[in-house]
Amino acid sequence: MLGVVRRKLGFGLLSATRVLPAGSVLPKKYSTAAKEITVREALNTALDEEMSADPKVFLMGEEVGEYQGAYKISKGLLEKYGPDRVLDTPITEAGFTGIGVGAAYYGLRPVVEFMTFNFSMQAIDHIINSAAKSNYMSAGQISVPIVFRGPNGAAAGVGAQHSQCYAAWYAHVPGLKVLSPYSSEDARGLLKAAIRDPDPVVFLENELLYGESFPVSAEVLDSSFCLPIGKAKIEREGKHVTVTAFSKMVGYALQAAEILSKEGISAEVINLRSIRPLDRATINASVRKTNRLVTVEEGFPQHGVGAEICMSVMEESFEYLDAPVERIAGADVPMPYAANLERMAVPQVDDIVRAAKRACYRSVSMAAAA
Amino acid sequence: MSAFAAVRIPSPVLVGARSAGEKPCAPFVSCPAGHGLHRTHVRSTRLGRPLLAVSSDVLSGQKSLGSNSSPSHHAVVSREEALVLYEDMVLGRVFEDMCAQMYYRGKMFGFVHLYNGQEAVSTGFIKLLETRDSVVSTYRDHVHALSKGVPARAVMAELFGKATGCCRGQGGSMHMFSAPHNLLGGFAFIGEGIPVATGAAFSSKYRHEVLKESNPNGLDVTVAFFGDGTCNNGQFFECLNMAQLWKLPIVFVVENNLWAIGMSHLRATSDPEIWKKGPAFGMPGVHVDGMDVLKVREVAVEAIGRARSGEGPTLVECETYRFRGHSLADPDELRKPDEKAHYAARDPIITLKKYILENSLASETELKAIEKKIDELIEDSVEFADSSPPPPRSQLLENVFADPKGFGIGPDGKYRCEDPKFTEGTAQV
Repeated sequence: MLGVVRRKLGFGLLSATRVLPAGSVLPKKYSTAAKEITVREALNTALDEEMSADPKVFLMGEEVGEYQGAYKISKGLLEKYGPDRVLDTPITEAGFTGIGVGAAYYGLRPVVEFMTFNFSMQAIDHIINSAAKSNYMSAGQISVPIVFRGPNGAAAGVGAQHSQCYAAWYAHVPGLKVLSPYSSEDARGLLKAAIRDPDPVVFLENELLYGESFPVSAEVLDSSFCLPIGKAKIEREGKHVTVTAFSKMVGYALQAAEILSKEGISAEVINLRSIRPLDRATINASVRKTNRLVTVEEGFPQHGVGAEICMSVMEESFEYLDAPVERIAGADVPMPYAANLERMAVPQVDDIVRAAKRACYRSVSMAAAA
Repeated sequence: MSAFAAVRIPSPVLVGARSAGEKPCAPFVSCPAGHGLHRTHVRSTRLGRPLLAVSSDVLSGQKSLGSNSSPSHHAVVSREEALVLYEDMVLGRVFEDMCAQMYYRGKMFGFVHLYNGQEAVSTGFIKLLETRDSVVSTYRDHVHALSKGVPARAVMAELFGKATGCCRGQGGSMHMFSAPHNLLGGFAFIGEGIPVATGAAFSSKYRHEVLKESNPNGLDVTVAFFGDGTCNNGQFFECLNMAQLWKLPIVFVVENNLWAIGMSHLRATSDPEIWKKGPAFGMPGVHVDGMDVLKVREVAVEAIGRARSGEGPTLVECETYRFRGHSLADPDELRKPDEKAHYAARDPIITLKKYILENSLASETELKAIEKKIDELIEDSVEFADSSPPPPRSQLLENVFADPKGFGIGPDGKYRCEDPKFTEGTAQV
């Protein structure tokens, strides 16, 4: 059902002309007969092309080789590049992350895969202390061109230890770049940009998006396609309220925008793409246009991405705000297992619709008691 | 196995705790108990031979109790004990098979990791424990929970995500906790349970030595279960060091089923003989055939006895196998069919059944009666779980803290902050 809605929205976007944010490499019009690829294929082809273009790029992680990737993202890479460049590691996140960082110090370009970002907590010392801070501590002598990638955020029924969103954690640290793609085009462009980037990049994918198909243009499929890091994308233009989201929540925000448009509220959906550096310019420009803001994220509310966006807007566009900023986030509890509780713990489309209406003063606010 | 080598290094021979023809000896041949650093008793591990399976010599080739083979080759089990072991293993097997069925019918969801084939390890160890002893496990924890005494109804309801589950539906398959049964989880991250188990053992020793709460039967023992993949993780080695340093009452049980999802143990580990890592830290390391519950039990008796008497930790490597994939979502394409067939022939339940019948400990009808009883128990647990209500909406925000507002719990058992007099300042505090 989700895929059908997306296809409809996709075609809607394709046939309309859009004003592009400065610096975007996208063409103005696509042909409506665009090819569709899944996010999984997008990531796979991006890895494949970057590995063939640069022999210093290698992939390491659990089950990336013979198992073809725990979520089949690295399918076929072992056959193509051999065990020297696609390494199956033992279950030692701290160890192999440290090894990756050390290799990056000496000029190689590792792509370290975490089976989910929850497991990155076992390696977080290396991500923060060895990778993020090295360029600073060495006064620019040692840069760490490493990419940490893997699924992030909630999946379906996998319990508290497999469902946390780490966007806020990693975006907190200076020295890291944090990207979170939504569509196949984002996945391809941002992963290629991340691999080519000379700094450590945390690349937060989403397991439930891996199987989703999105239309892509011929330019996206070209092997030199790349998206700039630090630029958000306006997925849908609007006039009345700005909705920011990243990863899976972009899909929900687009659905919410569709529902809102039937009620006369035109929502502008911004796909953040880059959590650090955050594209404050785009967000603020949009808020200055619409005067209202709803931030959507899947992670825990306190100190989350939405909190930072709200502060950024207050600092730069306070006079333009006509209503308080609404923040939609996951419930402030570890993810429960039971299916009905899990649905309540993650934002749903209705939550976004209600928040947008509150921001537009169309309904009475009901604060959720914690 | 070097990632940079084009040649596959043949795996070393894995030798059982005792092989045919060897002089019978105490299980802890690798290191005499109670001594400090010592040389390991090296059994020949020659490279170049393909991986051999060690067959269970308790049951193959031996005719009956009291035969001319040494009595220390197998534990002497009474009829009652044998039936308890049999029932527990059948419970584990039938429960896991039912889980698979329920998963494919959509009643269970998320990650489900089944224990088929490894029952001898769980039963062999846990059936020797008392309620006060604790068990720490990984995500493959359903059968550990059942062996420790958590009712099948509670486990099944938890798997269905219902409010009557042992964690009220909040934990799920990978996070089974039960305070009354001292089941300390249920951890999804491998290696995470080992320091937790070490901590439980530490608290047991602390209560005995500092708080002077002694039990005449000895210390509370902790048994930590984890897999071969975990043995490459740093936390494992850190805990081996500290457990031996402080002589904690813990048994580290490695369920070596040779595979970590799709990663073979031999491709991931420089020295695949995990039992050897115990003596490196000064504790005994034992390798035992984990498909034979009687052998496991014999080793367990000694290991748990050591821990209880305060002699310290033991590392027990159980060679076992999981008949199903890593989880129900695993296509299980990388394991060879002949390896699977080999271990299927060593099914611990069938082996024990044969032993019981050959030694006339029980009749076929009695065993069938046990199986039938277990079938009914599992059906009942499924019905119970099915008819249980899902958790109510209000449960979403509960249990985040034991004491949400920090004002403590009043004499009537309720949170002080909920007493209106408290906030007005007129309550008796």
